[in-house]
Amino acid sequence: MKPTLARLGLALAACAALVVACSSSDTSGGSGQAPPKMEPLSALGNGEGELNLIAWAGYAENGSNDPKVDWVTPFEKESGCKVNVKLGNTSDEMVQLMRSGQYDGVSASGDATLRLIYAGDVAPVNTSLVPNYATISPFLKDKPWNSVDGKMYGIPHGWGANLLMYNIGVVHDAPNSWASVFDGASKYKGKVTAYDSPIYIADAALYLSKTKPELGIKDPYSLTSTQLDAAVELLKAQKENISEYWSDYTKEVQAFESGTSVIGTTWQVIANTIGSENKVQVNTVLPKEGSTGWSDTWMVAAKAAHPNCMYKWMDWITSPKVNAQVAEYFGEAPAQTKACDFTTEKDFCDIYHATDENYASEIHYWTTPQKQCVDGSGDNCTAYDEWVDKWQQIKG
Amino acid sequence: MSPPGRLRRLGLAFLLVPPLTWLVVAYLGSLVVLLVSAFWTTNSFTGAVVHTVTGDNITRVLTDEVFRTVTLRTVGVALVVTVLCAVLAVPLALYMAKIASPRMRLALVVAVTTPLWASYLVKAYAWRMLFSPEGPLSWATGYSPGYGLIATIVTLTYLWLPYMIIPVFAAFERVPGSLIDASSDLGASDVSTLRMVVAPMVFPGIAAGSIFTFSLSLGDYIAVTIVGGKTQLLGNIIYGQLVTANNQPLAAALSIIPLFAIVLYLLAMRRTGALENV
Repeated sequence: MKPTLARLGLALAACAALVVACSSSDTSGGSGQAPPKMEPLSALGNGEGELNLIAWAGYAENGSNDPKVDWVTPFEKESGCKVNVKLGNTSDEMVQLMRSGQYDGVSASGDATLRLIYAGDVAPVNTSLVPNYATISPFLKDKPWNSVDGKMYGIPHGWGANLLMYNIGVVHDAPNSWASVFDGASKYKGKVTAYDSPIYIADAALYLSKTKPELGIKDPYSLTSTQLDAAVELLKAQKENISEYWSDYTKEVQAFESGTSVIGTTWQVIANTIGSENKVQVNTVLPKEGSTGWSDTWMVAAKAAHPNCMYKWMDWITSPKVNAQVAEYFGEAPAQTKACDFTTEKDFCDIYHATDENYASEIHYWTTPQKQCVDGSGDNCTAYDEWVDKWQQIKG
Repeated sequence: MSPPGRLRRLGLAFLLVPPLTWLVVAYLGSLVVLLVSAFWTTNSFTGAVVHTVTGDNITRVLTDEVFRTVTLRTVGVALVVTVLCAVLAVPLALYMAKIASPRMRLALVVAVTTPLWASYLVKAYAWRMLFSPEGPLSWATGYSPGYGLIATIVTLTYLWLPYMIIPVFAAFERVPGSLIDASSDLGASDVSTLRMVVAPMVFPGIAAGSIFTFSLSLGDYIAVTIVGGKTQLLGNIIYGQLVTANNQPLAAALSIIPLFAIVLYLLAMRRTGALENV
């Protein structure tokens, strides 16, 4: 018995040593470094016949949700690229999926883009290969979340704000403030919902920046430890009234339709889906304190197996007609300025302030919090991994 | 050694090498790499793993309050699920093995194993519907526990019940009818027979089933997101650190907890002698 055990132990140790020695070592450290040097695609070739995308729900519809809502099948016919879509529920999931190297591209929000760029998971894009890029809203180009050192790392898709949604049958007083889910949430005790991601801490910080100005919160993604703790206290108090947190958008649809949740943060596409199924009546509002939101960018994987198909897709999705379709289905402002001529609702762009640069600058887009404050106010801010730990403490 | 004997040994080695390689390199080896990575750290911005050895993760796992709370909650859930499964499985298995007619026995075996063919998610979402505040349970009884720990425990019990019933059923079947007859001939009542003759023979089966239910509940992170409302279990914490924070070393350090719990459980089972006759 003893000699066999010893032999087994030796074998195990040998295997471990072998595997550890063979694994590649990455000794990069510090966030002040430059992204890995990479060249964008120089010329567009023929499509490779397939395309693997990571996308937000509602961004790459192929008729399976609603047969009338389909802009993937026409793309497949025109380009010959068969599209496989993996839905990402949160930016964190998308970063993790891109790391696997099995996808060609991703629709990344601002809290994923920089992580992908600095990890070398995405390559700069050659914007001259995307003809529709020329007419994209200029205030979306060369922004801090989609470009580094003057190089664009993606093609803007669209942008919008996180909204407050409520069940009209239960919530009668037409709320217009985030207080309904924070300080006033006990009114709907056990029926409030919130987004299940640490980035939601920014929503609490935004609310505190207006209700507790003495904390000195200027940017909800640049929080010192004290400010972060205040936001965490608010969220712990909110948790008492929460029914459940959502990240899968179908879960929020189902929660509202079954009456488990009656008020909470949402995306317009969820309200549109609930409205089309007509089981409950909901309303959405952009509260008076302002809101967090997203500005999404299509990015190409650094080691994409099908880069030509990805470039073709990026040109397709930002073409006027298709960008209008996506924007209307999802409920966001299209990045393509010419899309406003193709929306079925004639004043869609006005409602969503699509070409209003000032309005766009009022939304606090999802950004990865870093030690060096993302608003440039110093380097004593809390980084995203601290937010993750706090989020787990909030959920308890 | 004569040539035929050597050939035979060579043949045996060829037969054993593939599964042994898989077991040692792929299975045990990957477990060991996982445990080793718990001592590494990450570049906090990009999330890339950095191979510098540090004990920080282990320290955090042992001292952080939220990890302690969630661990206790998870172990508690696993134990309650095990006990509930045992309480439900033993009478049913006894009936199936000793009392039911052969046709009834077949029907019950089919009924118990059929849910295993259904997808996990389908079953979990079915329970989500049942527990919904406006769902069938609330309509029938006027009360629903809602989404939370109770719903999670009930759902997990339902999911793992077949894994408990089958070993217990097999154990009951192995009890010879003649022993029960002999026991009653000697003057023992039914309860005494069950307690002193049948139970010791069936206990290994219950232990085997409990290993399934305990370990499966300990690692589960899906059922709780579907019916658990705002609760989180250890699996969710590990998932959060791995996917949300991109902190693979801390996730590996956290996964040592369920590993440890299972080893402790198995040692406890071994102590009771339950693993000798399985």
